[in-house]
Amino acid sequence: MDLKTRLELSVEILLPGGATEGQCLALSAPISFWGGVDPKTGRIIDARHPERGRDIAGTILALPGTIGSSSASAVLLEVIHAGRAPAALLMDAPDAILLLGLVVAREMGWPTPPAFRLPGSEQKPLAGRRLTISAGGVIRLS
Amino acid sequence: MLELTAEERAAATGENGDGAAMAMRIVAEAARLMGAPRLIQVASAHIDGALYHGDSGTLFAEKLVAGGARVAVRASLNVGSLAPAGCAAIRLPPHEWDMAERMMRAYEAMGCEPSWTCAPYQAGHRPTRGTDVAWGESNAVVFCNSVLGARTNRYGDFLDIACAIAGRAPDYGLHRPENRLATLLIDITGLSVELRRSDVFYPVLGTILGRAAGSAVAVIEGLQGCTSEDKLKALGAAAASAGGVGLFHVAGVTPEAPNAATALGGAPPRERIVLTPADVKAALAGLSTAGETDRVDAVAIGSPHLSLAEIDEVERRMAGRRLAIPLYANTGRHVLAPLEAASRRRALEDAGVVFVVDTCVVVTPILPELDGAVLMTNSGKFAHYAPGNTGYAVTYGSLGECVESAVAGRLVREAQAWI
Repeated sequence: MDLKTRLELSVEILLPGGATEGQCLALSAPISFWGGVDPKTGRIIDARHPERGRDIAGTILALPGTIGSSSASAVLLEVIHAGRAPAALLMDAPDAILLLGLVVAREMGWPTPPAFRLPGSEQKPLAGRRLTISAGGVIRLS
Repeated sequence: MLELTAEERAAATGENGDGAAMAMRIVAEAARLMGAPRLIQVASAHIDGALYHGDSGTLFAEKLVAGGARVAVRASLNVGSLAPAGCAAIRLPPHEWDMAERMMRAYEAMGCEPSWTCAPYQAGHRPTRGTDVAWGESNAVVFCNSVLGARTNRYGDFLDIACAIAGRAPDYGLHRPENRLATLLIDITGLSVELRRSDVFYPVLGTILGRAAGSAVAVIEGLQGCTSEDKLKALGAAAASAGGVGLFHVAGVTPEAPNAATALGGAPPRERIVLTPADVKAALAGLSTAGETDRVDAVAIGSPHLSLAEIDEVERRMAGRRLAIPLYANTGRHVLAPLEAASRRRALEDAGVVFVVDTCVVVTPILPELDGAVLMTNSGKFAHYAPGNTGYAVTYGSLGECVESAVAGRLVREAQAWI
């Protein structure tokens, strides 16, 4: 079911947006946006996170899990406001608190990345690849 | 599949103005993402969103105000980043100061009460048992659910004010009675009654509860006759900072737990933990990060905000003595006003107490920047957040030890049973 055998992958839309592309940053561990991502730069700052120091801006950010803080939505909104947002989110499970940051960004009229559902096991093969995602939720290697 | 009423759909498309529409759409989107089938009416809100984390939060609140949004229900405000009624000096840079102030004004302009406290339940905001409400601030959420028996989830930034404006919340989680039953039993009857009655035990127990329960609901067996409202406040705050606890029960004490079996819904617990003195000592040790030193640069108490009864206790223990180092007393204007009326504030300040009102020392820069500094506290929540947020290492102790250490200017320990 991965891209190598299928060439394209159709995924569930959690929050819609336009077509997008970017390099896939597939995190290898769950992350808490609050205290884990610098809201001003989009850099991963959690000292214990394997991808510490990587920049989420412009990436297709694949999240195998999220650690819920009720301020995760505020951090994501601040990242978007600072122009350091990912191009899209791929989430193993929908985290309503994190996604609320996208909902509010859209209400503010700011460019808002779309979010799609993709199981963690299917995220891994995409790591480092350049992807395009259609508005309808079809992922292709570019 | 979420279904909205005709009234909710009309509000979402702007019948009550742009701000109200934005709030209703945010609540509805959250409900859809959480899998809630409908929205429910809420009777009140407690808003944590007015604490400044960055400019986007200020712009969000100002967009609601520009759209004519007003809260539909009683909405108290949690701490802000500034201290309009206080006391201690705050070291925010000019841009952040300005944006934090604009944010606080925006929330007040929407009709929120300028309560500016993380203990609204001791400032006259006490929803009745069984009422659905939309509260933010983890300690207030856990107190509201557990001690008052009102029903709320942990509503975070944006969703708290959106629910207050819409007068609605998603129907899921702790609003539903079946999700309020305990699945975990914590048995503490093996610990001494002396320990179970001491103030200093409750943040330690809360830390154990938070780690053991995560976001599950626990019932604690063995605290009948030992608790007070301030002890339950300290227990819940520590549990909510060590884990995702939104609700706990105490058998024979809290309203939904006349006994453990009722709190468990008649089913056997999925997990049973019997606490030993060794468990308690391990959790106690984890609350301090300063190690073996008697250095104390400052004392901070009042997370959650001090009640008048707790200030009475501080004053009684100070017994007219002067403090050698500052004791930051974090509290709300609901406590400061009666202190001033009784001419007690000035005497406490002259003796070295620094009142931090409307805010607190871990959410905004107040503590002086010092190398290797140590903060002493009796709060599990301060112990949890102070190292990351202030740079101070922490020494945890009882209220008595906090006052004696502030008088001596170094760590003073008192005899305390930990078995």
